[in-house]
Amino acid sequence: MAELLIKNGYVFDPISGMKGDKADIAIKDGKIADKVSSKAQVIDASGKTIMAGGVDIHTHVAGPKVNLGREMRPEDKFFRGEYRGGIVKQGRRMEMGFSIPSTWKTGYAYARMGYTFTNEAAMPPLMAPHVHEEFRDTPILDQAAMPVFGNNWFCFEYIKNKELENNAAYIAWLLKATKGFGIKVVNPGGTEAWAWGENCTSIHDPVPYFDITPAEIVKGLIEANEYLGLPHSVHIHGNNLGNPGNYKDTIDTLKLSEGIKTKNKFGREQVLHNTHLQFHSYKGTSWADFESGAKEVMDYVNNNKQITVDIGQVTLDETTTMTADGPFEYHLNQLNHIKWANVDIELETGSGIVPYIYDKNIKVCGIQWAIGLEIALYAKDLMRVHITTDHPNAGPFTRYPRVIKWLMSQKAREETLDTMKWKSKVIAASNIASMDRELGLYDIAMMTRAGPAKALGLADIYGLAKGADANVAIYDLDANNLPSDPELIEAAFLSTAYTIKEGVVVVKDGTIVAEPPKYTLWTKVNMPENAQVMHDIKEKFARNYTVNLENYAVFDEHVHNARAIELDVA
Amino acid sequence: MPKIIENVGCPYCGCSCDDVRVTVSDDGKEILEVENVCAIGTEIFKHGCSKDRIKLPRMRQPDGSMKDISYEEAIDWTARHLLKAKKPLMYGFGSTNCEGQAAAARAMEIAGGMLDNCATICHGPSFLAIFDNGYPTCTLGEVKNRADVIVYWGSNPAHAHPRHMSRYSIFPRGFFTGKGQKKRTVIVIDPRYTDTANVADYHLQIKQGHDYELFNAFRMVIHGYGNDLPDEIAGIKKETILEVAEIMKNARFGTTFFGMGLTHSDGRNHNIDIAISLTRDLNKVAKWTIMAMRGHYNIAGPGVVWSWTFGFPYCLDLTKKDHAHMNPGETSSVDMAMRDEVDMFINIGTDAGAHFPIPAVKQLKKHPWVTIDPSINMASEIADLHIPVCICGVDVGGIVYRMDNVPIQFRKVIEPPEGVMDDETLLNKVADRMEELIAKGEA
Amino acid sequence: METITMNLVSQPELFLECYSVSPDQFAGKSLAEIATLPAHEGKIQWKLGDFFKFEGKAGETAADTKVVVNGNVRRMKRFGQKMSAGEIVINSDTDMYIGGWMTGGKITVKGNADSFLGIGMEDGEILVEGDAQNHVGCAYRGDWRGMKGGLIRVKGKAGNDIGTFMTGGTIIIEGDAFIHVLTHAEGGTVIIKGDAHGRVGGQMVKGDAYIFGNLLYPLPGFKKVATVEKEVDGATYTFDQYIGDLGERKEKKKGEIIYGNIYLKK
Repeated sequence: MAELLIKNGYVFDPISGMKGDKADIAIKDGKIADKVSSKAQVIDASGKTIMAGGVDIHTHVAGPKVNLGREMRPEDKFFRGEYRGGIVKQGRRMEMGFSIPSTWKTGYAYARMGYTFTNEAAMPPLMAPHVHEEFRDTPILDQAAMPVFGNNWFCFEYIKNKELENNAAYIAWLLKATKGFGIKVVNPGGTEAWAWGENCTSIHDPVPYFDITPAEIVKGLIEANEYLGLPHSVHIHGNNLGNPGNYKDTIDTLKLSEGIKTKNKFGREQVLHNTHLQFHSYKGTSWADFESGAKEVMDYVNNNKQITVDIGQVTLDETTTMTADGPFEYHLNQLNHIKWANVDIELETGSGIVPYIYDKNIKVCGIQWAIGLEIALYAKDLMRVHITTDHPNAGPFTRYPRVIKWLMSQKAREETLDTMKWKSKVIAASNIASMDRELGLYDIAMMTRAGPAKALGLADIYGLAKGADANVAIYDLDANNLPSDPELIEAAFLSTAYTIKEGVVVVKDGTIVAEPPKYTLWTKVNMPENAQVMHDIKEKFARNYTVNLENYAVFDEHVHNARAIELDVA
Repeated sequence: MPKIIENVGCPYCGCSCDDVRVTVSDDGKEILEVENVCAIGTEIFKHGCSKDRIKLPRMRQPDGSMKDISYEEAIDWTARHLLKAKKPLMYGFGSTNCEGQAAAARAMEIAGGMLDNCATICHGPSFLAIFDNGYPTCTLGEVKNRADVIVYWGSNPAHAHPRHMSRYSIFPRGFFTGKGQKKRTVIVIDPRYTDTANVADYHLQIKQGHDYELFNAFRMVIHGYGNDLPDEIAGIKKETILEVAEIMKNARFGTTFFGMGLTHSDGRNHNIDIAISLTRDLNKVAKWTIMAMRGHYNIAGPGVVWSWTFGFPYCLDLTKKDHAHMNPGETSSVDMAMRDEVDMFINIGTDAGAHFPIPAVKQLKKHPWVTIDPSINMASEIADLHIPVCICGVDVGGIVYRMDNVPIQFRKVIEPPEGVMDDETLLNKVADRMEELIAKGEA
Repeated sequence: METITMNLVSQPELFLECYSVSPDQFAGKSLAEIATLPAHEGKIQWKLGDFFKFEGKAGETAADTKVVVNGNVRRMKRFGQKMSAGEIVINSDTDMYIGGWMTGGKITVKGNADSFLGIGMEDGEILVEGDAQNHVGCAYRGDWRGMKGGLIRVKGKAGNDIGTFMTGGTIIIEGDAFIHVLTHAEGGTVIIKGDAHGRVGGQMVKGDAYIFGNLLYPLPGFKKVATVEKEVDGATYTFDQYIGDLGERKEKKKGEIIYGNIYLKK
């Protein structure tokens, strides 16, 4: 098969230990190789920056709530007589949407930014076939999806009864049924409470009827995750998201990870990943005295290696919030009075969607913007702190280059602060103005590929070490002579010189040139069948679900290019 | 030995029942028995193995008769006409699987045409309301397991969704609803005393066309202005409104199901829009959701598939090929037909001949008309070209979306008649043929 | 002001999208250049010159440019979209989206206009001497930010959806209107000088409706609070004032609830 040699670029790959040295990358048969023959196609990457393909650890790109967001927002496509994001057709299909792109645009736009893998942040198990249909229609990107477990009736009962093995067996079964990747937890217990119009706003609030607390749910799931040794850790969106003062609930949630060790075969070191940490780092008692809690939260994160986080950076755009945290979305609608969608899903979870405008001239939005950046700039170990915008909740993923620009350039941060009407209030309520740290390319490589890959247990596949998939991004940035104009940094990360997927050039000069096959990654746990759990499953399907058990698991023909990450449990 | 196939999906109504039990002959060609499903669903399975199934495409001859042609000829004819037309319209998809709907999207993007589905004559107003006002909803299992108050507003499931009340809403005993119907309050709001009203605890016989005013009245009560209600609104007495509002406010979990009574009476989308506002208001004091009673087993499908493909669920203008435009009223099938704004029509998985206004059909008939459907129907009998396809759920599987947007994986139970294609294969071949013709410069 | 006259020479088979016809697009261009501007009929991209013959001269800027359209353009849509200044006069009936998203300037239709007249209008003036159809001064589907400013006057009647999601500006219908006036409005003024069939002010947060004729089916959510004299469109009349929509959320200013108003002329 094809051979490719990328010469003379500055390589930043924390996984194989490359810190910007000039090095050649050899690719053979879709994998990183030691060397190639003289017949190899050569790409001259002189003066350019090379990284592994980007790995997005948390993004909402495929599935029922993402799609309801698309469906309910024609104005996300067409606004004031113009097409948001412009009219673009480079690949086989047209590209539509700004904050909630079509699946085709999702694949193309991520590829243009040098990304080759995305982890769908939340999959309601009952709707798994929908997620897989959208994966099929997303070009180029490898994808995985995390089923949600934090409001699942089976888990409630097993955890309440302290049946670790049964809980683990159910989780393994569900990962197989949904072709899912890992354990996602969203507003544990609170979304079940929301099915009655209530919520759990702290980790000790008991869930109505089930009488289990979020703390118990999270701990139970972490224990099951480590009992199984899954590639990724529990991935949590904790209780009380978005409310001033919630930084305490966040630290309470993070502390649930203490005392549990992981022993997986994937190189993963953390036992808990807290997603979109920005939304969970709020100090104050109301929006009036709202301020940044980033320092307090990062003090804990920095001192606790068993934690990884992604930042969930606010990009100051009109975007769409969507989350399985149903009660939060209702609450948001009551604040901004913009249309609200909600889908409660039997036995499993719920979701809500509300458009939101992060207006730079609103003090609260300015402080939110500062918090995300502070989280990154306070971080001691950037392998454990990843760049996201919780797309599309805090902003569209097409703004990742803007986030990178802000992290790499204090000047860029100051320029953005200068545009804010309430700049002085934002500065007073945050720490950002006094932070002069500027991240470098190696830092960015940690935050956008190596760190997420390692946290997902996929470092062997998605790095530049020999044997890894040959997914490579070549940016028009001279590592030894970075532009002083931060806009050029954003432009370079928005549009690669080359994006390569399994050795095939898919993007050249920011334009899609090929759409090779892509994979659906899922976690296959090989363990003996658990008769009790199978009995419980049959019973709940017979009595409570409205879909039959035999139609629940995704049929093989509906999973696109399945690629199982396997593990054995005795 | 006959085979029994369990957990089969039913390709009739938006209930998308998946517990059908089909007994199939030993050779896999004949359906002997269908169990668990309603009378209409049974008919579809029986029809699927009827000896009269059309097996080949049929082309209209100058003398008006139909002549069998090959699939290849039919595909070529369709592809050429799609490319030649300035503004071709493909419409239907009430009875196709999602794979077919995705292939249609690809085909019409290549053709540069209009793409629309039956919502345009059915729950289109619900989409418009969702665009403007959101959609606080749930899956049917939430209703089964939690709901103690059910409202059917402008909807008659006894006729249109025969197993809805028994499978999902009124009769089932769910996790928190162990007493089933005994502990549920059912309210029906309908100008007619329907068979559904017959099983209700309350029937509000509303004056037809004035649902919006009644919703307004309920909202006034929730907002604390019950005292300002006039004595009668939309034919309903103030006392009744206050009584029913109390029931709604005290629900543990309530769901409003609505249908054509709201979508097809004056104001259309605004009727649903204000129903959504009421549902949202009720969430201040109780837990409430709302759900559109989608008519067909996969009419939600094209809305779902085209939303992820183009960002819009229906009334798609793909004529510019590099972006999609949507504006029902302009880009909607019946409006375009009435204005004679399209110059080719493909009717797929539906019967526009029967369902569109006659003037619209007459306009469309001035232009090339293709019907893609397994059956002989009005649309096939006036078509220039009739292409038979498989029946989803009978002789082809695929994913369908139930009325609550839950994906159900359908199976096939018999083999299709020899040579008959499914929608996905057919439409992809049409798309491939168009690409070939374009590459050859014959577009 | 310079004037360009477009004389119709050919009709489209279907409908023609005349998004290129605006003072902004014509300004500073020669007649030959203008004739090459695109116009779509379905998927076919034509030039304006395929359907019109051009005379006269464009101004240097939009503000200096007047466009006169002669011939029956009933099957042509989108004239004046997004214009910011200048003038257009259409001397026949015309189709949809006239003056869509305009931010200034003036459009006169000497005939009837179809639906989506002045969609998303931000400023400027539209005068229709005949009737309008539905969705006058409306918002694009899903957008809670509707007409923001400017003036739309229809001398004849209109259909449904006048000023849906309106936030500012004025719409005057001198004839009758059907249903749904100022639905979901958060500002703006609509004056119906004929009759209104019903559903005026439904789900209105704020805004003012004036009905001179009969309101056949008023909504329960509006209650009468006063009788007042007001000057409306140049003359003073007596109105019964109703406030509401009592079934919709309301905003407060300095502790006082702000209501929408319906004024029914006595």
